[in-house]
Amino acid sequence: MAKKAAARRPAPKAKPAPKSSKKAAAAQQSLDFGATAAKGKRAAAAPEGVDLTAEAEAAVLEGRKSKKAPATEDADAPKKKERTRVSAEKMSEMQREISISEFFTKNRHLLGFDNASRALLTSIKEAVDNSLDACEEAGILPDIKVVIEQQSETRYKMHVEDNGPGIVKAQVPKVFGKLLYGSKFHRLRQSRGQQGIGISAAGMYGQLTTGKPVVVTSKTGKGKPAYHYHLRIDTNANKPVIVHEDEFDWGDKDHGTEVAIEMEASYKGGKKGIDEFIQQVAFANPHLRLEYWRPGKPPLVYPRVTNELPPEAKEIKPHPYGVELGMLMRLMQGSNENTVAALLQSEFSRVTSSVSQEILGKAKVSARKRPRDVSQAEAEAIYKAISETKIMAPPTNCLAPIGEEALVEGLKALLVQQHFAAEEARQRKKAEDEAAAAAGGEEAAAAAASAAESKITEALSAVTEIKPDEDEEDAELAKFSLTVGADEAAADAIRAGVINIFGQPTFMTACTRPPKVYRGNPFQVEAAIAWGGELPADELAQVVRFANRVPLLYQQGACAMTQAVLRTNWKGYDVEQSRGALPTGPLLVMVHIASVWVPFTSEAKEAVAHYDEIINELKSALQECGRRLSRHIRRKRRAADELKKANYIQKYIPHIGEALQQILGLSNPQKETTIEKLTGILERSRKL
Amino acid sequence: MAKKTPKSEGTSRVRGEDQARKDKVTNKAIDDVAENIYKTILKEVKPDLAMPVRSLANVNYNQKTGFFKIGRGMKTRTLTVNTVKTFAQTLRMMALSKELIQTNDFATKRDAYYQSKNWQEAKFDEQPESDTVMDDIEAMFSIHGVSREEMRFVPQEHGGAVAGELVVVDRDMETGRRIEIDCTNFGSGAYSVPSWVEHLEFRSKAKFIMAIETHGMFQRLQSHNYWRKAGCILVSLGGVPSRACRRFIRRLSDELNLPVYAFTDCDPYGISNIYRTLKVGSGNAAHINQFFCVPNARYLGLTPQDIIDWDLKDATHVLGEVDIKRAKDALKNDPFFTEHKTWAKAMEQLMKMGVRAEQQALSKHGLNFVIEKYLPEKLKNVSKFLP
Ligand SMILES: Nc1ncnc2c1ncn2[C@@H]1O[C@H](COP(=O)(O)OP(=O)(O)OP(=O)(O)O)[C@@H](O)[C@H]1O
Ligand SMILES: [Mg+2]
Repeated sequence: MAKKAAARRPAPKAKPAPKSSKKAAAAQQSLDFGATAAKGKRAAAAPEGVDLTAEAEAAVLEGRKSKKAPATEDADAPKKKERTRVSAEKMSEMQREISISEFFTKNRHLLGFDNASRALLTSIKEAVDNSLDACEEAGILPDIKVVIEQQSETRYKMHVEDNGPGIVKAQVPKVFGKLLYGSKFHRLRQSRGQQGIGISAAGMYGQLTTGKPVVVTSKTGKGKPAYHYHLRIDTNANKPVIVHEDEFDWGDKDHGTEVAIEMEASYKGGKKGIDEFIQQVAFANPHLRLEYWRPGKPPLVYPRVTNELPPEAKEIKPHPYGVELGMLMRLMQGSNENTVAALLQSEFSRVTSSVSQEILGKAKVSARKRPRDVSQAEAEAIYKAISETKIMAPPTNCLAPIGEEALVEGLKALLVQQHFAAEEARQRKKAEDEAAAAAGGEEAAAAAASAAESKITEALSAVTEIKPDEDEEDAELAKFSLTVGADEAAADAIRAGVINIFGQPTFMTACTRPPKVYRGNPFQVEAAIAWGGELPADELAQVVRFANRVPLLYQQGACAMTQAVLRTNWKGYDVEQSRGALPTGPLLVMVHIASVWVPFTSEAKEAVAHYDEIINELKSALQECGRRLSRHIRRKRRAADELKKANYIQKYIPHIGEALQQILGLSNPQKETTIEKLTGILERSRKL
Repeated sequence: MAKKTPKSEGTSRVRGEDQARKDKVTNKAIDDVAENIYKTILKEVKPDLAMPVRSLANVNYNQKTGFFKIGRGMKTRTLTVNTVKTFAQTLRMMALSKELIQTNDFATKRDAYYQSKNWQEAKFDEQPESDTVMDDIEAMFSIHGVSREEMRFVPQEHGGAVAGELVVVDRDMETGRRIEIDCTNFGSGAYSVPSWVEHLEFRSKAKFIMAIETHGMFQRLQSHNYWRKAGCILVSLGGVPSRACRRFIRRLSDELNLPVYAFTDCDPYGISNIYRTLKVGSGNAAHINQFFCVPNARYLGLTPQDIIDWDLKDATHVLGEVDIKRAKDALKNDPFFTEHKTWAKAMEQLMKMGVRAEQQALSKHGLNFVIEKYLPEKLKNVSKFLP
C-alpha cells in the first residue's frame, strides 16, 4: 500500500529524460519520486483516479502507528480502542510529505535488506552491479575486487573496488547519498541497475545500523586526482551530507571507484550465500575478472574467461503498447511539441506519421491539437486507440544476451568453481588452514590469491574442449557459434556436446532465443544446461537465474523463470520429474532474461513477474535444450545397453556350451564350436 | 554340479527294471531336446525351447480321459540376448536332471537352487528364479510325456499315509537291494508315502482303494483294521492331496487296476477342491494332469443325500460365506460340474439345505457306526456313487 501512496503523488511538469548520453555525469540526475512512480513499473499496480491525499494520509498514519506498537499488532488495535473522531482540520496537521529515504527506511524489505545475512549480500550485489554497468558502458574490461572484513561478531565492512570510468567529483554525493538518483532509470536500455536506488539504499542501511558514513573513493582518469568522500544521507530530506572529503594519491590506479560500507550483518558463504552469488556473477560475465576476499579464508579468484566485452546495449524509445494512461497524460502535460501527432512520433518507437494518424483518427482527436490541451477523456481515447492499432514491434537489436558460446564457457567455469568449493569444504572439515590464512597477513593472502587464480586457470585450460557426441551427423552441429540476433532457424540449430571436467564427462548445451516483446518492451531469454559429471545424481536440479546478467538468489519460487523450468515436461526428455516439482538428476539449469526493462516483482529485484510471453519463451529455450539432452541421454543409455548385452552374451553363452556338453557328451572342440557359433548368431542379431 | 560318486555306473543293478526303463525314456527326452538345440546352433540359427501355453484358455476338459487336458497352444522361447541367461540356466538344469538319473539320486526345488550355486555367473540369486525355470522345464517335458518327478526333481512335501492290503516294493538307494513293505504290518501306525514314488512297485489282493480326507477318519478305520474286513487299501489324503499322494494313488490304481473310492466331508471344499483335484486335477496345471489325476476315482460320500438318509441333520453346520461362494463358483465355471449333471444337482441340493456335514458326523450314531453300518451299506451300491 505504501507503494501506491508514492505512486499517487501529483505529477510534475518534469520533462522527459534526456536520451542516451555519452558522459555518465550528464545522465545522472535526480528523479522526482512522482515521475518515477508513474513512469516505472510501480504505476502498473495503481488503479486510475484514486484520491491521492487520502492514500498519502493513510501512509502517514500507518507510519506513526508502527512507531508506537509492534508492527504485527498495529493493524486494527487503535481503531477499536480510541473511537475518537478526528476532524479534517486535525487530520490536516498530520498530513505531510514522506521522503523516499524515510519510506525505504521503514520498508527496507522491499529493497532486500530485511535480514542480517541478506543485507550484506544485497549491498555487495548493488555495488558489483554498478561496477559492471559502469565498466561496460565505458567499454572497459571489468576488474573487480570484493572484500569482506569482519569487525565484530555482528558487524561487517564491505569494499567493492572497480576499474570503471570513475565518477565525476560533483556527482559522488548525490549518487551515493540520495535515493532515486541515477543514470539508468530514464533510459530504456539493458543494464543491471534500473532504479537509482541500489547503492544509496545499501549506504542508508549501513548508516542506519552503525551510524557510519559510506566511504567512496573515485578517480576518473590518469593524471587526475583521486578523492575520498565520507557521506551520510539526510533521510528526512533525501539529501546527501558530506561528512568529510579529501584528495589523495591512488598509486598507479588510473581510474575506478571503490565503495566501502560498514553494517550490522551476518556473513553467509556457501550455498544461497555470497559465495554462490559471486560464482554466478562470474558465470554470467565471462569478461569479468573478480577477486573475492572472504573473512578469515583464503581469497578466491575468478579469472577472465573471454576478452570480449558483451555487445553494446542500445537505448530505445518506449513502445506505445507498453505505455500507461498516467504516463501518457503526463507526457501531454509536459510536452514542448506543437501537436499531439508530433509528440507521439517523437516519444515512442515505431510510431510513424501514418501510425499516429491512425491512432488519432480512431481516438477522434485532432492531430494538430496542442498536447497540453488534450483532455483526460481524449487521452483515454488515445490510450484505447493505441491498443487497437497495429504497430510494428519495437526494435530488438538493442539487447545483449550472454550468447550460447559464452553460456557454455560460463557453465564450464561454474562447474570448475563448484568443484573447488566442494573440495575446500571437504578440506575444511579436517584441516585448520583457516587460521593459517588469516594469520599470514596481507602478503601471504595475496600470494594465496594468485596461487588460487593459477590453479583455476590451469583447471580451466585442462578442461577438454567441447566434444560432439559420438554421432557423425552431430559433429558439424556441435560447434558452438554466437547467435546474437540470429534468426529463428539458426538459433534452433543443434549445439551441444560433452566436455570433461576433472575427468568427468559432462554434457552441456545452451539456447538463446530470438528477441520478443512483452508489453512493448523487447526482451530475450536464454537457457543453458549441464548434465552429468560431478553434479549430484539424485537431487533436484540446480536452477540458476539471471536477469540482465545479475544472479537472482532469492524468491526462487515466486519467479516466472522458475515457473518455466517447472512447467517444462522434463520426463519427455528422459529426466525424472515428480508432479509439480523441479526435475531430479545430475542437472544444472541456467535461465537468463535480458531486457531493457526487466519486470521484477519488487524493488529488491529478486523475481521476475509472470508474463506469459516470458514464460513461454523460456519454455521454448528449455525445451530446445531438453531435446538435445534427451538425445545425449538416449545415446548414452544405448551405449550402456550395448555394453551390457555384449557382456551378457559373453557371460552366459559358455554355460550353454557346457550344459550341452554334459547332456550330449560333446568333445571339447565341439563345445567350443557351439559357443563360437552361438556368439556369432547373437552378435549378428543384435546389430540388426 | 552334483557330486560324482562311484555308484553312478552300473545303473541297472541298483534300480528295478521298471525304473530303468522309465529312466531311459526320460534320458532320451532330455537328449532329444538338447540335440535339437545343438543341431540348430550348428546351422547358425537361433535355437528355441517349446512349451505348452499355460493359460486357462489353453485347457479343455476331456470327457474321455476324465481330466483337464492342456491344449495344443505352444509358446517358444527363442534364444536372444535377453533370454540367454534363462536359456543357459534351463540347459544347466536339464544337465542336472540327467546327472541325477545317472547317479540314481533326486533333488527338491531347494536342492536344485543350491546346486546352481556351482554355476558361477549362471547361478540363481533367489529360489523363485530357479523355481520358475523348473516349472518351465516341467512344462517343456510334459510334451514328451515326462513328469518332473521322472526327471528326479521331487517335491518337498511327503505323500500321505497308507495302510491295508498292499505290499510296496522299494529299493535301497545305496545298494539297490529290494525292500518289501507290508502295509498290514504297521500296527496302529501307517506307511508314509515318500515324496517321490516313480520307482515303487506294488503287489495287492485288495478290491479297491479308499482315499480319505481327514487323518482322524483314516486313524479310526486303520486302528479297527477296517481294511481287512473290506479288503481294501486305505490312503489318508490329509486335505487337498499333495503331488506325491496323487501320483501314488494314480499309480496304485493304474498298476493294480483298482477302483478308487473317495470319502470326504460333505461341503464345497471336500467336493470341489479335494475330490475334484484328486479325480481331474486342476485347470491351472493342466499340463501335468496326465501324471497326477485319478480318473478311476468315484465318490463314496458323504453326499448331500447322506445327510438326509443317515439322519445327520442335527450334526451339521451352517454353510459359511466362503462355502457358498466356492459352490456358486464351481457351479458356474468349473467344467467338472458343468459336465457332470449329477454333481451339479448334488451341489445345488447342498446349497438348498444350507448346511455342511463332516465325515465324523457319523460318530453321532456311535463311534464305529461308520465301520459297522455306513461303509458296508454304501459299498453295496457302488454303482450309485457319484462320478
Ligand atoms: N562504480 C560506479 N562507477 C560509475 N558510476 C557509478 C558507480 N556506481 C554507481 N554509479 C552511478 O550512480 C548511479 C546510482 O546508482 P544506484 O545503484 O543507486 O542506481 P542504479 O544502478 O541506477 O539503479 P538500481 O537501483 O536498479 O541499482 C548509477 O546510475 C550510476 O550512474
Ligand atoms: Mg545500481
